[in-house]
Amino acid sequence: MSNETAEVVKAKPAEPLLSKRRKKFVADPLVDDNPITIQVLGICSALAVTTQLRPTLVMSIAVIFVIVFANLLTSLLRNGIPSRIRIIVQLAIIATLVILVNQVLLAYVYDVAKMVGVYVGLIITNCIVMGRLEAFAMGNKPWDSVLDGFGSGLGYAWIIMVVAFFRELLGSGAIFGFKVFEAVGISNFPTNGLMTSPVGAFVILGLLIWIQRTKTGYVEEH
Amino acid sequence: MDLINLGIKSIFIENMVFAYFLGMCSFLAVSKKVPTATGLGLAVIFVLTITVPANWVLQQFVLKEGALSWLSESFANVDLSFLTFIMFIAVIAAMVQLVEMVVEKFSPALYGSLGIFLPLIAVNCAILGSSLFMEQRDYNFSESVVFGFSSGIGWFLAIVALAAIRERLKYSNVPAGMKGLGITMLITGLMGLAFLSFSGIKI
Repeated sequence: MSNETAEVVKAKPAEPLLSKRRKKFVADPLVDDNPITIQVLGICSALAVTTQLRPTLVMSIAVIFVIVFANLLTSLLRNGIPSRIRIIVQLAIIATLVILVNQVLLAYVYDVAKMVGVYVGLIITNCIVMGRLEAFAMGNKPWDSVLDGFGSGLGYAWIIMVVAFFRELLGSGAIFGFKVFEAVGISNFPTNGLMTSPVGAFVILGLLIWIQRTKTGYVEEH
Repeated sequence: MDLINLGIKSIFIENMVFAYFLGMCSFLAVSKKVPTATGLGLAVIFVLTITVPANWVLQQFVLKEGALSWLSESFANVDLSFLTFIMFIAVIAAMVQLVEMVVEKFSPALYGSLGIFLPLIAVNCAILGSSLFMEQRDYNFSESVVFGFSSGIGWFLAIVALAAIRERLKYSNVPAGMKGLGITMLITGLMGLAFLSFSGIKI
């Protein structure tokens, strides 16, 4: 991540829209530099909305939307933002986008909007968004920033989808509200109440981090 | 009596960290040592106690549907509640700045210990989250003061306890992939389990 900030990207007009360098912006945050499991950002909403898959999907889409457009706007404005007040400007950009998302959710998926409740508003303080604006969009060109935001958003989305998958499967025996175990003929599957409580989220995410870090070989120094 | 119960509820039963996952970023990042955790915890209590009532005032007199009718009868139908997010975050950022300046002026010693944490707090989701809960649950003024203060206390308890555990963790043999975040998540889960036993407590 620190490399990206230091490197001032020289744009050549001939560079294709999805060159190798740009594909890295999307691919890196998925596994090797994942915002949740490696960088430890945006944990709040990652845990809070994941009791079921449907709100999690909505939340993922909302976060991807906000991060992509916040990155784009910040990158377009980057030369006009005085560095002393940049945090406030970034917060204003993010808050505006979040308001848009919230209004759309209230209009089209009212039940989910009620379920995720305050956590949509909390995208404003989601450290992933702030982190990408600060570390990437303030110093890079718009299209690169869009790809970077998209990559980070996806990295966040797949982790919370996995957490939600296990929590809904084990906690309520369902996937997207479809009762899997009843469908295959197991009617008395013992659902685990802990999975629907916050404790389940912490444990599942902890184990997920363990698996992922063992695979990538990332070790955190104390 | 209701206020005391609300306080107990927001400290123990509906703890910001263990029940709503709020402020997890700084909860995980700043919980390596007890003194720093204590500093951040105190700053959070301080800022929450101020911002929740401040946002309550804003909500009641500006943002709510018909809230502007004290200005003039013709504003009685104005509903600005879609602006809630941006107004709340603006109030929080401004309040944090203000608190920082006031503390620096009147208590340099306190500023020395809280100073570096105050700017961090503007983007701590526990602060914005409490204000949003206050709006969602329709608290009145005194309730919002108690709610802000005791949510802060709950967050403080959680981060200090976690920091104390993590200090001892240095001496244990944790699997390589589990080090740092992984084991901290599991510990937080177990602490959450312990806090579940508080549910139902009432005076």
